Formats: sequence, structure tokens, C-alpha cells
Amino acid sequence: MKKSSVMKKLTAAPYLVWAGLFIIVPLIFVLIYSVTDADGNFTLEYISDIGKYKDVMLTSIWLGFIATVISLVIAYPLAYIMARTTANVQRTMMILVMLPMWMNLLIRTYSMMILLQDTGIINNTLTALNLPNIHMINTQSAVVLGMVYNYIPYMILPLYSIMAKMDMSLIEAAEDLGANKIRTFKDVILPLTLPGIASGFTMVFVPSVSTFYISKKLGGNTFSLIGDVIEMQFKSANNYNLGAALSMVLMVLIIICMMVMNRFTGDDEDGGVLI
Amino acid sequence: MKKIFYLFSVLITVCLVSFSASAYENEDFYKGSEGTTINVFNWGEYISDTYEDGLIDVNAEFEKLTGIRVNYVTYESNEDMYPKIKNGGASYDIIIPSDYMIERMIDEDMLLPVDVSSIPNYKYISEDYRNMYFDPENRYSVPYNVGMVGLIYNTKMVEERPTSWTALWDERYAGKILMIDNPRDAFAVAQKILGYSLNSTDEKELSDVAQLLVEQKPLLQGYVMDEIFNKMESGEAAMVPYYVGDFILMQSVNPDLDFVYPKEGVNIFVDSICIPECAQNYDAAIKYINFLLDPEVALSNAFYIGYATPNTGVLEHPDYEEMKNNPYLYPTEENMPDTEYFHNLPRETLTMFSDLWSEIRIHGTDNTHIYVGFAFVAVISVAFAVKKAITKKRREYWYNFPEQ
Repeated sequence: MKKSSVMKKLTAAPYLVWAGLFIIVPLIFVLIYSVTDADGNFTLEYISDIGKYKDVMLTSIWLGFIATVISLVIAYPLAYIMARTTANVQRTMMILVMLPMWMNLLIRTYSMMILLQDTGIINNTLTALNLPNIHMINTQSAVVLGMVYNYIPYMILPLYSIMAKMDMSLIEAAEDLGANKIRTFKDVILPLTLPGIASGFTMVFVPSVSTFYISKKLGGNTFSLIGDVIEMQFKSANNYNLGAALSMVLMVLIIICMMVMNRFTGDDEDGGVLI
Repeated sequence: MKKIFYLFSVLITVCLVSFSASAYENEDFYKGSEGTTINVFNWGEYISDTYEDGLIDVNAEFEKLTGIRVNYVTYESNEDMYPKIKNGGASYDIIIPSDYMIERMIDEDMLLPVDVSSIPNYKYISEDYRNMYFDPENRYSVPYNVGMVGLIYNTKMVEERPTSWTALWDERYAGKILMIDNPRDAFAVAQKILGYSLNSTDEKELSDVAQLLVEQKPLLQGYVMDEIFNKMESGEAAMVPYYVGDFILMQSVNPDLDFVYPKEGVNIFVDSICIPECAQNYDAAIKYINFLLDPEVALSNAFYIGYATPNTGVLEHPDYEEMKNNPYLYPTEENMPDTEYFHNLPRETLTMFSDLWSEIRIHGTDNTHIYVGFAFVAVISVAFAVKKAITKKRREYWYNFPEQ
């Protein structure tokens, strides 16, 4: 027994060291920066400054939320269909889902911008067909589209893995007992897939809220998301303290959102839920 | 960018072939640092990096000549470069900041002196660009490029040739105007309209300027930097304030573009080569500076980058004649706009700049629909929670039923 626990510690060590160095220590730095000023003295000025950025925060959370809901609506049926087909089709569809992820996010977003521009591929085609142009770029919808496009695999994958493991006999039992399709979905399938929904939700929501590149390219920078503001503080404004304070607040807000989320998915499930 | 210089290509190829036997001056100067590495930190698209069209790949040539490995990294603006040097995260041997940033870095002891007498090719630096205000004794910097900011516009989309910066506030072009995504350059446009100095430290003046930029915001397509190339060349946007050298490059792709120096005056800048305090390979840095000043190298750079050069070896070069007659790059005396250099500003002013800039950037997001949305989600969530609680109670009731 004792030997195996030593082994356990040893095998866990590389990750623990990794996590300590690259997760815990940087977080402590962020915390320290957020409560000090440029000369290193303690101050809460930056934390209290965030009132100014209230609207930006709300916009970010809202757009992230919308993108997550859209991803869920698209991904859920797809994952269900995927989990129900033959192994060969499953493999092909899985590759199709993963394929865009083999390309860098920056390139995907940049090409999205070229697609959506007023003189982009879509509008040029419309012009060639004598159809009226649609203004798409530099709107909040374009940013949401970019988020959905980039992060939807993170929604499909957890849903798919839960659904593939789902016990089909439960669905058959429900049908045998006379539940119609809607009832089966609501009382059997949905509760069984809740853990997948919850982890998909987290994996799409968190990067969407904190994104900066997508909003920069597709939103044209005329409105800012909180990620843009934080990036600006670190990159060009050279105000690490405000940047760190904003990051802290964003982190807390995301944790609150996730806790609220888990109220709806976690409480009568056993396990499988992040945070 | 690569298809640009067909015009010059034949000429230069001929010239390079005839010179290739003894390509660079003072080749012995470059000996002695073989096997070391030099870290160069430069603006994006700011060095010739191709052999196409008769140009030379400067870094590759330098490696071949000296045996020094060049590790080349780029930045987007002075403000991006500064914190990376200041916070000491990385070590670079060569940086190429602009005038006001050099002044600031000298002030903060961030640069090593460069002994220009030890650089043989320094003789090519024109007298006009020696003893600049930011480095009056030529102790820290060697001029690389000179440029001005003007207004680039698309002649197909803009009705009459603009003469004033106020064209960027013209409602006819709403949604087609781009603004430069860099606080000092963006402020400079509004400062010139209001007749203020580019180096004003007056709080009232700066907040007027910010107000003017806020008023411009609804007309803008976006605040951009490197995408300006794509957006202006494709006709996606009609107008943008930007650097003259980049205009020359854009115009060769889209001939509909034209350029104007607005009557209110413009910012002029000199980007100079410096060695930062964190440099690890000083000798190689000196060799690199000398190499950049070599007329053959500087000529290639001048074609590739498209800015005005302070290098007399290039200015007197017969191949450069056509560029030298470019009215935007080298305006004649009577066409020369009013110019003003940026100077370094005190720390409080810089803080004010970045605060105002953040405020401009986050200003005016219409959030009504978001509040409504949140309220809607909240109502649904509460309803859902209540229903769930009731179901749970009921279930518990039936579960415990026999005992009651």
C-alpha cells in the first residue's frame, strides 16, 4: 500500500510542478499586480476603477453567453446524430469537427474577416449575382459568429463523448413504458447528457468571454470586449496593474457565472461537472 | 508586397549582377564574430527579406557575410516595443524606435552609446539627419528611415481631393473611415485640427482632443494597424491617416489610392537604429548597423520599405532616381507641409493619454439590448429554479408518503 502511494506521488510530480510553475505562480503575480500601483505600493485604486469598465464587461459576458447558447443549439443534435451512426461515419464526422482546429485560431479568424467584409467573398458573390449586399463585418453578430465558429468543437466533443457512452436500454425502457419522444428526451436523454452540456458550456463560455483577437478582427475595434481592454493595458498602455485588476475581476465573474450554471446542472447529478 | 517593384526589378538585377563580385564595402570589418547570435527587434515589414525583384534578403546576406546568426523579431508600434525592453523579459541587440521613444529611452538610461566613429558607413548619413533633437550629439542612434503621416484616400470612393484632416469626420463617408490604432498618432490628427501642439501636456487640450475623437467614433469602420493594407488595397475602406512609406506600397497594389498632406500640418518621424541596454552582443550589433548603412543594403531596404532614406549613398544612386522624384516621399520645398516631431512626454501626460484612449475605445457601446437580455435570462432562470424546487418538494413528499 505504502509503496503504491509513493509511486502515486512520484507520477503526479511532473504535473504538480508544471501546475505550480505555470498556473499558481502566475496567478499569484496577477493578484499582486492587481493590488499594487506602478511603484509597487499597495492600492485598491485599480480594483475600484473597474466601475468604468462595467459596460464592457457586460457586453463580453452577454456575447459570450449568446455564442455559447448558439453553439449548444447547433452542437446538441449534431452530437446526438454522430453518436448514433456507424463507426465509420462517426470517424469521418469527428475528423470534420476537428479539422478546423488543426489550423491556427488567428488564421481562421482572419479568413472569417475576409469572408465577411463589405468587399469580401460573400458580398462580391452577391454583387456578381446582382443581389443586394449585406453588411456583416464590424457588428456584434459578426463577433458572435466568430466565437461560435472557433469554439464549437469544444461543445461538440464533450456532448459526443457523453452521448456515445449513454445506455441505450434506458431510452428503450422509457419508450416501452409509454413515454413519447418529447417525454423521453426531457426526462431521460437530457438529464443523462447534462454533464456534457455543463462541460461544453464552460469550455465555450470561458474563452468566448475573454477573447480579444476575434472581437478585434470581426468587431473592427469600434466596440471593445474586456479581453481587448486587458490586452491594451499589457501591450501598449504599459499599465500592468490595471490589466491585472481587470483580469482578476473577470476571473471572479466567470466563476460566479459557472456557479450559477451549476445550480441548474449539478445538483441532482453525480459527477462529471467542471468546477 | 512581393509583386510591387517590377518597375525597378530589371534595373536592379542588372546592377546587382555587375556588383556581385565585390558586393559590400569594407568586408574585413565584418570579421571576428563568427558563430555568435544577434537578436534584432524591428517594426513589421521594415526590412527587405526577399531576393525577388532584384532585392536582397538583408538578414540572410548578413549571415552569409559575417557568420553571425540573426534572430529577427518584429513589433507593431513603439508602445508595444517599450515594455518588452523596459521589463527586461528578453534581450535584444538592435532596436529601431522612433524619435520620441528614443528620447524617452535615453532619459531612462535604456540605451547603450553607439560610437559612430567606429562605423565606417556612418559617412553615408546625410547631414540633415545628424544631430537630431532627440540625440543632439549622435551618441545613441543612427537614422534608418524618415517619414510623415498623411491622409490616404481612395479616389474612386472619395468625391473631391481632401485637403484637411476634417475629411475624417465627413459624414458622407460614414462606415468607410479607418482610424490608426495607436494613441499618439490618432491624437495627433485631432490635435492638428484643433490647432494644438502634438506635444501638449495641457489637460484641457487633451480632453478636447479626446472629445473630438469620441465624436468621430460613430463614423468609423474601425481602429486598425496592420490590416490597413488589406482594407485600403481591397477598397473596403475609403480613408485612413497613415505613414507615407506604406502608402507607396499600397498604391502599387491599388492605383486608385492617393495621398495628401493635410493643410493643418502633419507629424514627421525619424526611426533610428539603437542598441538597448540589455544587449548581449555589442560587437555584432555595431557590424549590423554598419551593414544596414551599406548603400547596396540601404537601397534594397529603401525600395522594399518605401520610406525616405537618410542614406546619401542611396539618394545619389542612379537606380533610385525615380523614387527620389516621388512627390509624396520627397516633397519639394513649396509642397512641404507643416511638420512637427513627437517629443517624449512626462509620465502623468502619458498616463492621461492611455486613460483617455481607453475611454475613447470603450465609449458609446449601446447596452440596452444587453440589459434586456440579461433580465430575460434572469427571469427564465428564476422561473426554472422555482419549478425545479417545487418538483423536488413534490417528489420528496411522494417518496416519504408511506411514513406520513
